Amino acid sequence: MKRQIPMMILSTIGTIFVLAYFSPGLEELEKGGSIFFDVVACFAFFLGGSNLVRVHIQKIARHNPGWGYSIVTLFGFGLMLFIGLFKLGNPLGIAGAPTEPGSWFQIIFQYCVAPLSATMYSLLAFFVASASYRAFRAKNTEATILLVAAFIILLGRTQLGLVMTSWVPDWLSIAQIPNLAVFIMTSPNLAGQRAIMIGIALGVVSMSLRLILGIERSYLGSDS
Amino acid sequence: MATGNGNRKSPSNAVKIILVIVAVVFLISWISKATTGMADSTWLNIRDGFLITFAAFLTLSIFSFLYNDNPFYKFAEHLYVGVSAAYWMCLGFWSIIVGNFVPHASKTLSTFFKVPFQEYSWFYYVAFAFGVILLMRLLPKAGWIARWPLAVIIGTTAGFNLSRYLHSDFMSQVGNTFQPLFVDWQGAGHFFSNLSLAADGQLVMSAGNWIVVVGVLCGLVYFFFSKEHKGMFGAASRLGIWILMITFGASFGYTVMGRISLLVGRITFLFDDWLSIL
Repeated sequence: MKRQIPMMILSTIGTIFVLAYFSPGLEELEKGGSIFFDVVACFAFFLGGSNLVRVHIQKIARHNPGWGYSIVTLFGFGLMLFIGLFKLGNPLGIAGAPTEPGSWFQIIFQYCVAPLSATMYSLLAFFVASASYRAFRAKNTEATILLVAAFIILLGRTQLGLVMTSWVPDWLSIAQIPNLAVFIMTSPNLAGQRAIMIGIALGVVSMSLRLILGIERSYLGSDS
Repeated sequence: MATGNGNRKSPSNAVKIILVIVAVVFLISWISKATTGMADSTWLNIRDGFLITFAAFLTLSIFSFLYNDNPFYKFAEHLYVGVSAAYWMCLGFWSIIVGNFVPHASKTLSTFFKVPFQEYSWFYYVAFAFGVILLMRLLPKAGWIARWPLAVIIGTTAGFNLSRYLHSDFMSQVGNTFQPLFVDWQGAGHFFSNLSLAADGQLVMSAGNWIVVVGVLCGLVYFFFSKEHKGMFGAASRLGIWILMITFGASFGYTVMGRISLLVGRITFLFDDWLSIL
């Protein structure tokens, strides 16, 4: 029962949504199903948040190494949750959107989440540069092609690329680096992206079929 | 940091001095921003000064990881995890639970949350019940029942994706690949005389279409593993790898550009919004 019922639920719901796509009268069902999915999936956020709290409380209780930082996590989590759920400092009160300009929730996002997020991702610029220096040596044909394509795209998006090849006449404008970058993006890059997308689509379709037909069961876990 | 026998290393004097210096620098920054603020009231100047100083502190704390892992980075990292988890939880609550569930569940709740009541529907109660069951995952003995909502989530995703991916990512992409291999043919002289990307540059446009058609076919050949990559098939597969390498190179270039744009944004914030020297 622990395995059969979820498999039945999955097969039934999966089949209904596949049929709904091909049946003109079932658009409402598809729309309702989408909201149904959103409501269930929303609880995954709550599950994630609850798990975060549990893990960090355990870490603090056991005085694991770095437990002091868990207090920071819990403090940030609690503060943001309290302000966000009760819409504290929201100029329009409970009727306003949580991200209303000037609300405390939005202020914390603007001065805490956004800088942290942007800086975290910008940090990757240094690591990507460092890793590419080590990895992108033109050791073979494939690596050389990758390196050249990346270099042209990078140059083509900067002023330097424009200045370097501005002397090239218009009838040969394909040889100008910014245009070459556009050509790479719209032709070979498009071809590669398309081949990958077709491959992914076939993979998604086959995986969806395996799930609906009950062949793929790894989502049930190993215990019975 | 705790050691195996329970002894603790106290922070060295150097670390204490660094902490004090950092605290003093940011305190000075806060005072300076508060006194030079342009807001209407003193309170707003103090608040804005604190917020900008705190954002600058967090930015520099993350950048400090470039030197080495350190307490400032760990502080910022842990704060980020906690605050962003709560941020997404709150957005989920207000947009989905209050926005979609409440208008179909209860008049009283709709009035309380000031959202227009629509109509009762058992459908949404079932969804809510499945959501609550998902939280059972936290209970060791009742965790198995959380597979039911998980099956709902996976089933919906599988049902939606099967038809949508087949339509948009398979059929549409295949359809768009079949392009004219000689664009608007007007004779050989015209064809070879213009190597521009403009609409009348037929050679470049035709070459682009050839690359797309041949590139997609060769790329797919590379992903076909049921036949040994030898002979003509091997040559096509090799061409497919080259096309894929160009794609990866282009994606890499774009990723680097995106990250550098973010870096420029953070540096602009530090020098303009915080230090006001730009």
